[in-house]
Amino acid sequence: MPEEISPELFDHLVDLAALELTPEEGDYLRRQMNNQLQAIHELVAIPLDAELAAASHGISYSKDMSAHIRKDDWIPNPDPGKLLQQAPETDDGYIIVPEIPHKELE
Amino acid sequence: MMDILELGAKDIVRFISRRELSARDVVEVHLSHIQKIDGISGSIEGDSSIEPDKVHAFITVTAERARRQADEVDRKIAAGESVGLLAGTPVTVKDIFCVDGTPSTAASRILSNFTAPYTATSVERMEAAGAVVLGKVNLDEFTYGSSSESSAFQPAPRNPWNTGHVPGGSSGGSAAAVAAYEGVLSLGTDTAGSIRQPAAFCGVVGLKPTYGRVSRYGLIAFGSSLDCPGPVARTTADAALMLKVIAGEDMRDSTSVTVPVPDYVAELENGVKGLRIGLSPDYFKITYIDAETGEIMEQAVPSDIKTAVIKAAELLEKQGAEIIDDVPMPHTKYGIPAYFVISRVEAASNLHRYDGVKYGYRAPNQVKTLNELYKKSRGQGFGLQPKLRILMGMYVSAAQYNEQYYNRALRVRSLIRRDFEEVFDQSGKFRLHALLTPTTPTTAFKVGGIYGDSVLMQYADQLTVTANHAGIPGISVPAGFDLEGLPIGIQFLGPDFSENILFKLGRSFELVTENETWRSIKPKFIRDNQ
Repeated sequence: MPEEISPELFDHLVDLAALELTPEEGDYLRRQMNNQLQAIHELVAIPLDAELAAASHGISYSKDMSAHIRKDDWIPNPDPGKLLQQAPETDDGYIIVPEIPHKELE
Repeated sequence: MMDILELGAKDIVRFISRRELSARDVVEVHLSHIQKIDGISGSIEGDSSIEPDKVHAFITVTAERARRQADEVDRKIAAGESVGLLAGTPVTVKDIFCVDGTPSTAASRILSNFTAPYTATSVERMEAAGAVVLGKVNLDEFTYGSSSESSAFQPAPRNPWNTGHVPGGSSGGSAAAVAAYEGVLSLGTDTAGSIRQPAAFCGVVGLKPTYGRVSRYGLIAFGSSLDCPGPVARTTADAALMLKVIAGEDMRDSTSVTVPVPDYVAELENGVKGLRIGLSPDYFKITYIDAETGEIMEQAVPSDIKTAVIKAAELLEKQGAEIIDDVPMPHTKYGIPAYFVISRVEAASNLHRYDGVKYGYRAPNQVKTLNELYKKSRGQGFGLQPKLRILMGMYVSAAQYNEQYYNRALRVRSLIRRDFEEVFDQSGKFRLHALLTPTTPTTAFKVGGIYGDSVLMQYADQLTVTANHAGIPGISVPAGFDLEGLPIGIQFLGPDFSENILFKLGRSFELVTENETWRSIKPKFIRDNQ
């Protein structure tokens, strides 16, 4: 069967996904994507009624069973320092990252 | 020592409350057992082949934390204060849940240095009920798998019944720990069968609740419309008790529901008289794509698995249930193809938050720009399975393919849901209370047997994934062994919020088979200790 994900398309997706892959990883992942697409193509053959709606969840939420919405109140975090401790690099309460590239908009 | 290890949650709570046992004694017996049989815990530097005769259920054993919790239970009892439904019960937690102050890794390098700053609702409720958390157990990386082998923390868990075989996944550590008596209960998650499939492989009980029944707050997300936290236990009674504790509305999860939580335990012994149980030919076969030819193939489930299901139906019929044959479930075979699309789109969306900036792994290399930091951190931090899901999810949800793949998969999901609605409709033709099926198309496969083939691995979930698409509950209960001595699981699927009926069916099956020889067989780790 022809491969749906060509090497060029694959490289484009990898770039969009912000991933850096080894050549071996790239070979494996592209092959697996094409294999999975074969299975997915089974869906294309199913006759679907034009009225059939998409289901974003299995169960349908009625108003009386939906969770109550919280009040839109600002609640300060009890210990922001605990959250900042998880950041790989900080300085005086700021998270440090390398240079953020800028592009002049035309 | 063995007597304490073999106690169920109900007995532990009773003995501790009467001060016939202390919570500290119970936790020490379990910690000592873990030290004896679990072997080295999974780690980033670990080797998959080390100690192949151990269970390796854990990533982190939180022994001191567990002792403090046990001592608090004992203090409350001594002071005459009330204790909860799980007082002193040793439990484990799949390492996909945040637990304040503990490493919460999702079995991924990208979260290998992450310590959770808060606790998931389901864990919080168990701890408030007096449960003692022994530690965090291993899983497939970010739950992406059906064998637990894709964990970045090696060695991965092994099946306590035969350590040459996988425990299933992704809640493999949970099922292995419960089967090997390294805890009475475990909190798992089920996105396509990740509680029920490992429960079947390890000969324990696993329940996927109705979507929304248990809060997902504090669960590191995979497929947000599919993920369900739920119990893994050795008996339906213990699973029912645990669900009673963790179920219910949570203001911090808007998909949790306000439907009242029944007393699952009180209803457990009510019997199955009058319940209508369906058998469907669509659940006695699997359909898959041949990787070489692209042809759609069909294969019957092995005869020993089919026989176990039929025998269970006959036994339940003798207890007063009505068995309905030839129930059509025609869209079952589309469960996996639809899952390949929906779960990947949701996974890709959820994985974009990991970038090496705010928390988690950051590539140590010197980089010049933020974009480079993202690519290197994600490239080094994610294993193959998360990468595959990110790429696939982005592709099938891209604007030009959205209609062809993603929207179509969501509409096929409606068809799968409709199959269930029709057979559970109480004024329809079948009027079922539950469907009885095999849990899995095979028993536990060998370590390394299919790892790496992402398509074949996914088809291990073909008989369980439909419940996740439909949102309905399902339970797997042990039903004997195959010729190799590996456990067989049978599954009951029911309509929304019918967990009470599923527990009753499981309990009835336990009672009617309690004197069968296979019920007395225990994993070798337990036999060796006796």
